[in-house]
Amino acid sequence: MIHIEVKSNPEFEKELAALGGADVKLCFQCGTCTASCPSGRRTSYRVRKIMRMAQLDMKEEIISSQELWECSTCYTCVERCPRQVPIVDVIVALRNMAVAAGHIYPAHKKTAVNLYKTGHTVPINDEIKAQRKALGLPEVPPTVLSDSAAAADLKKILDATKFDVICKE
Amino acid sequence: MAKYAFFLGCIAPLRYPGIEKSTRVVFDRLGVELVDIQGASCCPAPGVIRAFNRTTWLAAAARNLALAEKMGLPIVTICNGCYGSLFEAADVLAKEPEQLAKVNDVLKTIGMEYKGTTKVYHFADVLYREVGIDKIKAAVTKPLSYGVAAFYGCHFLKPSSIKNIDDSENPHILDDLIEATGCKSLPRKQKTLCCGSGGGLKAAFGDVAKEFTKTNLENIQASGAQFIVDVCPFCHLQFDSAQKDLGFNIPVLHLSQLYGIAMGMSEDELGLSAHKVPVKL
Repeated sequence: MIHIEVKSNPEFEKELAALGGADVKLCFQCGTCTASCPSGRRTSYRVRKIMRMAQLDMKEEIISSQELWECSTCYTCVERCPRQVPIVDVIVALRNMAVAAGHIYPAHKKTAVNLYKTGHTVPINDEIKAQRKALGLPEVPPTVLSDSAAAADLKKILDATKFDVICKE
Repeated sequence: MAKYAFFLGCIAPLRYPGIEKSTRVVFDRLGVELVDIQGASCCPAPGVIRAFNRTTWLAAAARNLALAEKMGLPIVTICNGCYGSLFEAADVLAKEPEQLAKVNDVLKTIGMEYKGTTKVYHFADVLYREVGIDKIKAAVTKPLSYGVAAFYGCHFLKPSSIKNIDDSENPHILDDLIEATGCKSLPRKQKTLCCGSGGGLKAAFGDVAKEFTKTNLENIQASGAQFIVDVCPFCHLQFDSAQKDLGFNIPVLHLSQLYGIAMGMSEDELGLSAHKVPVKL
């Protein structure tokens, strides 16, 4: 019989909790999450497995996996979890760790750069300006896009929280 | 007169301005005043930005919440993503004083403070609970008789433990709101299945996102629905943009646009020309 020794790591649990992903230790591996997961039906993402790996501090394996990014954050697992584990919050915390370690998809980086440059996740363009005008709306919406002081404020917040690091080429 | 700080987000004003326009007109007809939040930004998006850097997400969301707090108004959003993000940020900041203190350290650099008092509502919840079905029925000038598919999306009702709007597995609010126009909300399989676009899935794994959308479209087609009625511009974008590749052709309307039609707005005012799946009324 092969015996593999696995240990939980209270420090890793604290690290997850600090990123909003508390209570991962409450998971008792019933599998309701995986059975309910619409992504798991279409990909190799297995929520129960990631929760177990998180309990066992398998950080490197999780944060370098594609599966971590296959959750659509639909919350079906959270609704049905009999232990009320905030599973999506745990996934989000693990993704924060992944990004901090440099694991980010180019398409996601593009979204981050859009936010950094414009204050919105999608850019404005001439076609939209024309459509807005035709509807009797201001060509540019009354957001950071039409207020340079507000845009500068937002950028200060992004810099102060080190979001610029993610956006670097 | 009810009054809200109107949070626009990204997809509605920058991809489907007809949703923004319809909301402004419909809320005015229903006696709810919407005041723009000057200088607001992206919420920021819960599935991507929050997943990249939670500290950034919370601080940038707090800036939006603080702008509304200064106006002395609760926020109303027209997007499940914005609702999810701002509601959850407000919830964290109301319950965790140490997070609020950390966020205010960041906001101090731009001379702002968030006291933690802003309430955040989804427009469909405001329509259902504050305006009410009777008042909506009274404002309908052009009763409709379409059979439609109610699409709730995910972040409108879930996580239900903090949102407490409706039963997340078997909801009825949107069906009731749709039927106030005279339309029939048709039953179908897997009604609460995600559209597929959330959590950064659309951006990084578009084919997987489309697999979700395809199942939804098959179920919607089988129900006989003539329109998909959503309450989220991101679900709206996914259904509108993915159908051509998937071989479907079911027009998509945001609830505000369905209400616009039922309240006599012209097709031009509804911004339907931005839709990829042509909307024929």
